[in-house]
Amino acid sequence: MASKVVYSPRDPMLKKRDDFEDVLEERRRSGDLRYALRCYSPVLYKGPTTSKASELKTMVLQSDQLHYVVNQVSRESGVPLDDVQAEASVILEEMAHRLQLSTVRFFAFTLSKVFKAIFRSICVNEEGVQRLQQVVQEHPVVLLPSHRSYMDFLLMSYLMYTYDLPLPAIAAGMDFMGMKVVGEMLRMSGAFFIRRSFGGDKLYWAVFSEYVKTILRNGFAPLEFFLEGTRSRTSKSLTPKLGLLNIAMDPFLKGEVFDVSLVPVSISYERVLEETLYARELLGVPKPKESTSGLFKARRVLSEDYGSIHVYFGPPVSVRSLAEGRVNRSQFSLTPRHIPRRPSEDVHSFVNDAAYRLVRAQEENMVLKPWVLLASLLLQNQGAGQNRGVPLDELIQQAVWLRDLCRQFGAFLHWPDQIPSSEVVSSSLSLHGGLVRVSEDRVYLALEQEPHCSLTAEEELLSQAVVVLSCASYRNQVLHVFLRPALLAAAIHTASSSQKQEVYSSFLFLRNMFSNEFILCPGAAVQDFEEACYLLTKVGALHINQHEVLTAERGHRTLAFLTSILDPFLQGYQMVCSFLCEDATQALTERRFVPAVRAFIIKHLLKGRLRYPEVLSSDLQRNALAALLRLGAVQKVQGGEESGTLKVNRVMLNSLEDTLGGRLSTQKALRAHL
Amino acid sequence: MISLTFTSVFVPFSSIVLLQPKITNSFSNLLHYFFFCRQEIMKWNGWGYSDSKFVYNKKGQAEFTGKRYKLSGMIIPGLKDWMENTFGATLQHKAAATPALNSSAVPPPTLNEAFVEELKSTGVPFSADAEDRVFRAHGHCLHEIFALREGKIGRVPDMVVWPNCHSDVVKIVELACKHNVCLIPYGGGTSVSSALECPPEETRSIISLDTSQMNRILWIDEKNLTAHIEAGIIGQDLENLLNESGYCTGHEPDSMEFSSLGGWVATRASGMKKNIYGNIEDLVIRIKMVTPQGVIEKSCQGPRMSTGPDIHHFIMGSEGTLGVITEVTMKIRPVPEYQKYGSVVFPNFEQGVACLREVARQHLRCHYHHFFLSPDNFNLMFSTGHALKPQVSSIFTSFLDGLKKFYITKFKGFDPNRLCVATLLFEGNREKVLQHEKQVYDIAAKFGGLAAGEDNGQRGYMLTFVIAYLRDLGMDYFVIGESFETSVPWDRVLDICRNVKARIIHECKDKGVQFPPLSTCRVTQTYDAGACVYFYFAFNYRGLSDPVHVYEQVEHAAREEILANGGSLSHHHGVGKLRKEWMREAVSSVGMGMLQSVKDYVDPNNIFGSRNLL
Repeated sequence: MASKVVYSPRDPMLKKRDDFEDVLEERRRSGDLRYALRCYSPVLYKGPTTSKASELKTMVLQSDQLHYVVNQVSRESGVPLDDVQAEASVILEEMAHRLQLSTVRFFAFTLSKVFKAIFRSICVNEEGVQRLQQVVQEHPVVLLPSHRSYMDFLLMSYLMYTYDLPLPAIAAGMDFMGMKVVGEMLRMSGAFFIRRSFGGDKLYWAVFSEYVKTILRNGFAPLEFFLEGTRSRTSKSLTPKLGLLNIAMDPFLKGEVFDVSLVPVSISYERVLEETLYARELLGVPKPKESTSGLFKARRVLSEDYGSIHVYFGPPVSVRSLAEGRVNRSQFSLTPRHIPRRPSEDVHSFVNDAAYRLVRAQEENMVLKPWVLLASLLLQNQGAGQNRGVPLDELIQQAVWLRDLCRQFGAFLHWPDQIPSSEVVSSSLSLHGGLVRVSEDRVYLALEQEPHCSLTAEEELLSQAVVVLSCASYRNQVLHVFLRPALLAAAIHTASSSQKQEVYSSFLFLRNMFSNEFILCPGAAVQDFEEACYLLTKVGALHINQHEVLTAERGHRTLAFLTSILDPFLQGYQMVCSFLCEDATQALTERRFVPAVRAFIIKHLLKGRLRYPEVLSSDLQRNALAALLRLGAVQKVQGGEESGTLKVNRVMLNSLEDTLGGRLSTQKALRAHL
Repeated sequence: MISLTFTSVFVPFSSIVLLQPKITNSFSNLLHYFFFCRQEIMKWNGWGYSDSKFVYNKKGQAEFTGKRYKLSGMIIPGLKDWMENTFGATLQHKAAATPALNSSAVPPPTLNEAFVEELKSTGVPFSADAEDRVFRAHGHCLHEIFALREGKIGRVPDMVVWPNCHSDVVKIVELACKHNVCLIPYGGGTSVSSALECPPEETRSIISLDTSQMNRILWIDEKNLTAHIEAGIIGQDLENLLNESGYCTGHEPDSMEFSSLGGWVATRASGMKKNIYGNIEDLVIRIKMVTPQGVIEKSCQGPRMSTGPDIHHFIMGSEGTLGVITEVTMKIRPVPEYQKYGSVVFPNFEQGVACLREVARQHLRCHYHHFFLSPDNFNLMFSTGHALKPQVSSIFTSFLDGLKKFYITKFKGFDPNRLCVATLLFEGNREKVLQHEKQVYDIAAKFGGLAAGEDNGQRGYMLTFVIAYLRDLGMDYFVIGESFETSVPWDRVLDICRNVKARIIHECKDKGVQFPPLSTCRVTQTYDAGACVYFYFAFNYRGLSDPVHVYEQVEHAAREEILANGGSLSHHHGVGKLRKEWMREAVSSVGMGMLQSVKDYVDPNNIFGSRNLL
């Protein structure tokens, strides 16, 4: 029941999608100043609301929760109570936002100018906005946008202002505080800042969680945070972080509010501002520290065309209906509610499931542009070793095929049908001129650099990888559509027979292996398998009966496409395994892992033993390591002199590598794990 | 006994106003009837006395009939509008009840001949008359009354017996064990937990054991301030009888006009004056109960004992599953010399609750006060209170009222939609009452409370007794509803009120209820560690094919919500069969096992087969 509230895995084609409205259209017609100064009167929460940021602070500092922890900390540390209390005030001061309408108006003005300069349109689903207007009055609201760009939260607040919705209080990472002026301006437009890590700091945690809960309980403002915790550099959704979601659900679970509405918001950029920046970062060029001057240098972007943005406000998800039958709320009535407690096992797994479902909802409502299909095709072509490019008309033909497949899988594809396909393709290609090159009716990835200086082979490889990874980040946008069928296709490929049981266990193995890489809801393996079977049967690629999974005559093309979309990941994970088997030294730590595995992979790429430069992505490498740690093939040594080093189980790694490569049946591999 | 006279009926107000003796002495002739066959003067398919009910007169004005209450015979001008505005219940849409019981609809009794034969020889009166049986086959749950109004009769007792004293009960229980018939004790019949419903799966003959004839005060001990009373006595009669000797028990549940002492003990009852006198468990000294294993009782009247777990606690709350309570020794108190009503208006419910909490914290309960709190749309005092406000001759009074309202809403800036009212009653010696009153008003002032006069306080008490009659009026016009209660720690009061009310509205919408429901609550009792909260829930069921089912689903959801918010399964209504499904969760499996083992020992053949509780 609860899962249906968020997304329905069955026949996504049936889903009716809302229409979009371009907010920039109005901005292009009337003056920005007038818009920035217009009367802003948002709909408010029906409950008693506190509207002053200062009152909010007082409430937090006077709360039972904080008093309890202040006392506790004072008792444990021997620091006088007043000092601890003062420290709490300082923490709160550092954290709290100071929303000011004037700053918001300034942003409304500036952002209008910027947006009009760099974006063709900002399309918002109006029905989603209407639903939000409704729900904001009913219950405390948590906005959960996807996170692909720094632009995300500016854009969110801009839209809230535009639609006369209450401005959200946004949980932002402390790194913004480094940018003095901008940091303060963000604070005045509703951002509050949290340290990236505060592991054992009880006091910090207490101030922070109480601050967030007070915002929710009092209907002060919608809360906004990023489930993924940080910007995804790969455009794949990241494994959700549970901390803030736990806090946001707490007022409901403890009965302090009747319900909390979670609103997943999917923001898709036709061209991400940080596109090559991300690729460089993934390849090991450290990201520039956020600084105000850095931002101004980014002015260069103002002259570029970043296409359009689609923002989809998903249907609100009621925490109450999610929790129905999952959490026994009376467990919270046996101890005073202000005493902080670790979430129990069932609450933890409930929040975890909810988080995954919400991220899935974000994925599902992400609008896909034709370019993501082209990127997928070009990368596959590249992977097949054809640097000679693809003939344009062939690319168009393939893209149309892929478009149809996508649609049958229920993707939210924004392909303008009224325009001839050739035009759609060529306009996409021209928007991404930095990544693709068209010459003599052939389309190439823009891999060759201007022959200005002599590059080493490694440098050349890395610069090619930048382009490949940038393209991959677009391909990744469509991965969630193909993921389950692709896992099935790969499972069929690796399974030793067409027995359904055999295929399923292969599927399970791959799904388990990749559950740090992709968003795969915990405990939904059967559902995922059924969904994959359903979709592939529907498109006529498979015949499935009770015992067997058989490839249909006309299914080869689809299956080949699906297997090769997953291939870089399969190869990448095998690479990581073989690195750990062959090259890992005794003193390998988690920190040294990425540079070491990168060097190993570069070697293989240069020798031509590996075809996919995208395996150089540190994201993939880290995910692989996380999976191996989870599976126990690698262990982190705790304590002692070697604390933090990685201990490798070679036998297991070997068998995992062989299974990934299809050289060992999953049954055997599973046995080997045990 | 005859000396009771009519005051018994008017007691809630006897000390408030001087009533004109409206009833002739011929009424005392009715008393015989009253005691032997209460059903003669009580409704068979609704609450209370047959002659007392809300009706719309020919002019379409609401009127309360009869002569028993202060409100009786009066026009209540605001009620019709209130019914229309709150429920959309208009005069055009009437849902008339079956006027009289159709005896042929009653299933014929399954009699255990051998039992009947032997019973005859004991001389205990009994009856297998359809009306007698139907009257004792139900309590006052909505589904029970609704079915009766529709003329639907389910499984009813096969026979009614009227024991006259403890030894009669002993004989009946012995015979029941011997012949394996099922006994269901019946006191006042005011159960709201389906406790009196006959289990449909029961194949044995079911005997309703009506305790109404065991209604004497056997002795009063003025030295120890105790009285020994037969358990069948009705609350109001007990109070009146004791008043004649200058005493009272102080136990006044809202149902005291109809509920019995034995019923109070069997359900762990609570009275509105418990803050000074205590709940039933604080009031009883000794209990005598007849069980299939024999009579259980303590051997002395010591005020407290350390003799292992208190066996009274197996009896109190046993809900008729272990035996029949026949006699009770109870604490009594001298009738207070002075009583004063009062009321306080708070700007909102939150402030009101905060004030109650403070009053409880300061232990200001040595003298009695009583709080009604009711937030938002259904403000008992300012909506119903006004709706029920009888037409008064004096224009001056209403002028004053207007002024007060103006003062509160305009001058003090209270939002009339969020106002809430506490009504108070102080008892004791005059000096202390006045001192106490001042203390309470001082606390109230700290929470923004404004004293709202004695008459508002009195009106609150009047409402207590007539509010139950309102449901019957509602049912005449497609409105069904009920109240249910819980107890909850102080820090949860506001949360539980908000969430349960919202849940009710939510569920009604979900279940297709066409009209906005009434969903409100009040705090009725305060304790050191928490409070008792009542929820009121009613809706217009026009357009629903199975309104009772919808009602039950919503009530079920509301109870789930109560439990999820840290509320108890019941404060004083009991579990019965209505709330049985949550018992294990409420007392743990071990707890259930303990209760079950007591049942297994005391009543291995399930003679007391009402199947309540476990």
